[in-house]
Amino acid sequence: MELIQYALDNLDLLGARMLEHIALVGVAVGIATLTGVPIGIAITKNEKLAKGVLYAASIIVTIPSIALFGIMIPVLSLIGQGIGYLPAVIAVLLYSQLPIIRNTYTAINNVDPALREAARGVGMSQNQRLRMVEIPLAVPVIMAGVRTAVVLNIGVMAIAAYIGAGGLGTFISRGISQSDPRQLIAGAIAVSLLAIIVDFALLALQKRLTPLGMERAAETA
Amino acid sequence: MIQLDNLTKVFDTPKGAVTAADNISMEVPAGEICILLGPSGCGKTTTLKMINRIIRPSSGKVFINGEDTTGLDTQDLRRNIGYVIQQIGLFPNMTIEDNISVVPRLLGWDKTRYRERAREHMDMIALDPDAFLKRYPSELSGGQQQRIGVARALAADPPVMLMDEPFGAIDPINRAVIQDEFLKMQQELKKTIMFVSHDIDEAIKMGDSVAVFREGKLVQYSTPDDLLAAPQNDFVESFLGEDRALKRLNLVRVREVVSDDIGTVSPGDTLETALARIDDYGYQNAILVVNDKRQPVGLISRALARTTKGFCRDHLQNVSATVSLDDDLRKVASLMFAQDITWLPCVDAKGRVCGQITQRAMTHHLGSRFRPGTTDASSSHVATEE
Ligand SMILES: Nc1ncnc2c1ncn2[C@@H]1O[C@H](COP(=O)(O)OP(=O)(O)O)[C@@H](O)[C@H]1O
Ligand SMILES: [Mg+2]
Repeated sequence: MELIQYALDNLDLLGARMLEHIALVGVAVGIATLTGVPIGIAITKNEKLAKGVLYAASIIVTIPSIALFGIMIPVLSLIGQGIGYLPAVIAVLLYSQLPIIRNTYTAINNVDPALREAARGVGMSQNQRLRMVEIPLAVPVIMAGVRTAVVLNIGVMAIAAYIGAGGLGTFISRGISQSDPRQLIAGAIAVSLLAIIVDFALLALQKRLTPLGMERAAETA
Repeated sequence: MIQLDNLTKVFDTPKGAVTAADNISMEVPAGEICILLGPSGCGKTTTLKMINRIIRPSSGKVFINGEDTTGLDTQDLRRNIGYVIQQIGLFPNMTIEDNISVVPRLLGWDKTRYRERAREHMDMIALDPDAFLKRYPSELSGGQQQRIGVARALAADPPVMLMDEPFGAIDPINRAVIQDEFLKMQQELKKTIMFVSHDIDEAIKMGDSVAVFREGKLVQYSTPDDLLAAPQNDFVESFLGEDRALKRLNLVRVREVVSDDIGTVSPGDTLETALARIDDYGYQNAILVVNDKRQPVGLISRALARTTKGFCRDHLQNVSATVSLDDDLRKVASLMFAQDITWLPCVDAKGRVCGQITQRAMTHHLGSRFRPGTTDASSSHVATEE
């Protein structure tokens, strides 16, 4: 009861923090998509490079977020951004690379060799093959990677409140420091709800972006 | 015209170099279908794919309509060669219309032109444009998809087509239907086609010429009939199968074997005359009776002519079957076996008797070509008459 009362009293603040949270994750994963997809495509041309890149991306994900913030504070302090918005976005950007690069790489690599040969046989250039065949076919899997990145990093971003990045994590960190379970729980629930809702929204988007013919193929299969 | 000049492909594999195609030189005349035939792994696909550079040749040249393709841009080259693969390879993210139009779009045709062309091609492959153009490949049956695959290859009207076991993935009944449709189309389109197959029956049916491969080498290149009649070595012979003489029945027409020397009587002749003529010609069983238009009206058997008096017209027995000049020997043999007879009258387009075909003549025709050394297979491209 107390919790609900708290939430209702602070609805404005909750809403504002949530938007902040979404914006942070959105910007970071957005940039990560813009970098990760081309990297994922590029490394399909070179197996050794692919192994190296995917290995590096996996290592990054194993670094605990707190440790990552710790590393970035002295480095980014050099440009006066040791805490706050920038390190949070960079952390999410880095964590997002693995799911996005890996899914892109796998999806492009898994395009049926017969289709690739057909595409070459009709006289498509490498770019035309990517644009007209390989990327459209890879979109569902790439989108699944983006989804994973977003959901994963909604949690990471909650911790970024400790370095002053804002977002829903501020309720949790304050709840802990002020021994206020209402704030803590409200923040935690809000983060979880956000993750679930965004996951569904992106799933819907993924379906819309799936080429129609493949959707029908999946239905008849 | 497609001309291969010492085309060679050596693959570097972990187990060493593999020569998949070894100095292949051959020429497919414009408007003809050449079948590349041979067991799995003999280099048919490699040879085919070097023509549109899906596989880069190690050495040798490809000429298309006399032009050396070596200097051509790879994409340009491919857009001017129709390519059909066994796995069909329709793009699942595109509608049938987009699949068929893909080469014209790459070539920069304007929209109305390639859309119109797509409809024409649907008509040609016997699929209703209104029903199919807006659908996706996954909504079509295998046979329908393969037809679309052929339409896609034909869309920009390339002079040359490459087909790698195009009907291999289709069930036998549909395959025969598609083969027939394709041959009918080819009669109009007159493309120069290289067609890979491992099926001797398909090769005989579809090919104007057949190139037999073994371990990367071209071992025999001739017409289907010459191939069956005179296999160049034991390998070709065993690959063709022990029933190769029977396979030839499909290829030989009655007109090649018919004898115009046939004794007949007319309805007004007496049975005595009939018997005399039967003896003259040395017929075993019977003689054919024809009317004044030389149409067959009946038979008089030897036994009857010997024991009975009167006119032929009053004792006619049924003519069980006739064959026409364009029938193949398979039909003739089948009629003879079914009715236990050794000869059949042949009629021309107007139904007039123009000769007869006998079992002996058939076996002689087929058998004479088997004697070693009767045909120089390497020099033959046009079917040689005996
Ligand atoms: N990409 C490749 N790398 C190495 N060897 C190959 C490759 N493609 C084909 N070969 C080899 O070349 C030979 C001929 O293959 P192919 O032309 O596909 O035969 P076919 O089409 O007659 O079945 C085979 O021995 C095959 O193993
Ligand atoms: Mg093959």
